[in-house]
Amino acid sequence: MSMPLIDHSKCNGCGLCVSVCKCGALVMAGKVVRVIETESCGWCTECEAVCPTGALTCPYEIVIEKH
Amino acid sequence: MLMATSIERECFVATLLAITAINRYWQSKAFHAIVTGSKFSVYPATRVIMAVQASFLKNVAYFAGMSQEELDSISSFLFEKTARKGELVLTEGGPADTVYFVVAGVAKVFKTSTDGKEQILYFVRPGGSLNDVPVFSGGINLASAEAVMPLTLYGLRKSAVEALMPRHPLLARNMLKVLSQRVEHLVSLVEDLSFRQVTNRVAKVLLEYARSDDDQRPKLTQQEMAALAGTAREMVGRSLRVLAQEGLIRLERHRIVIVDEPALRRQAGIIG
Repeated sequence: MSMPLIDHSKCNGCGLCVSVCKCGALVMAGKVVRVIETESCGWCTECEAVCPTGALTCPYEIVIEKH
Repeated sequence: MLMATSIERECFVATLLAITAINRYWQSKAFHAIVTGSKFSVYPATRVIMAVQASFLKNVAYFAGMSQEELDSISSFLFEKTARKGELVLTEGGPADTVYFVVAGVAKVFKTSTDGKEQILYFVRPGGSLNDVPVFSGGINLASAEAVMPLTLYGLRKSAVEALMPRHPLLARNMLKVLSQRVEHLVSLVEDLSFRQVTNRVAKVLLEYARSDDDQRPKLTQQEMAALAGTAREMVGRSLRVLAQEGLIRLERHRIVIVDEPALRRQAGIIG
């Protein structure tokens, strides 16, 4: 399933995203952050918002509903 | 009509018109005397007009809670001004030296952009005031005012207000209240104005990046949408929530579904 994306080259291990995450999808693994696949992730996008380097992104797919 | 002949009917109508005209003449004389404070002999019409004016002033926010004596002394400083529908009573940028109170009719207060577009700020109904801010702050009209129907105003010159304020503490207090409410309204309007435009631009971005069967457009983060729409990331979030609330889109976990494409195109300002 789709989860937030991490660009490890940009991640500086500050851990802000881990602190803000409400569903436990993000954990500190040594010096970088790891994403855990979980259905609890509601795509609140706050991790993306707090990340100072833009390492974490929560992109949207835009589709038109067919009737 | 019970009149037998056309001549009798005409006499009847002529008499009615004459009575109406005479009554209007005396009313206007008495009215004029009231607002200019000049002496006028006691006449039945005078009492009716004084009662109307006193009750009107009680409804004006500036004069709320004042005694009859206070109102009487203030009304001697007022002068009347009328305007036809479509007539301008204030011009943006002109010198501001008079506060107006709407007696009858409605005035539209608006600003005009350099390319001629009109932005309405608010409407003023009977009991409301016009041009308060520039009279007390600076000197030029901040906006124009137009009569949207036949309009009757009472004017109070800046010099009169300055003379009245020390004598009537309630006047200053009421004015503060009116101006504060005006500020609240304008702040909300600014918010709407800037916000609305952003929502329209976000709608446009969504339509441009919507995937079709033969065109797999890239996914977008809110930051990317913000850059494309020329706004901040926080505004994109709000815009998306508003569009979802209005039923134009549906927000899913990692997907934005355009539910009502024609409506979204209208929101984006795309015609056709």
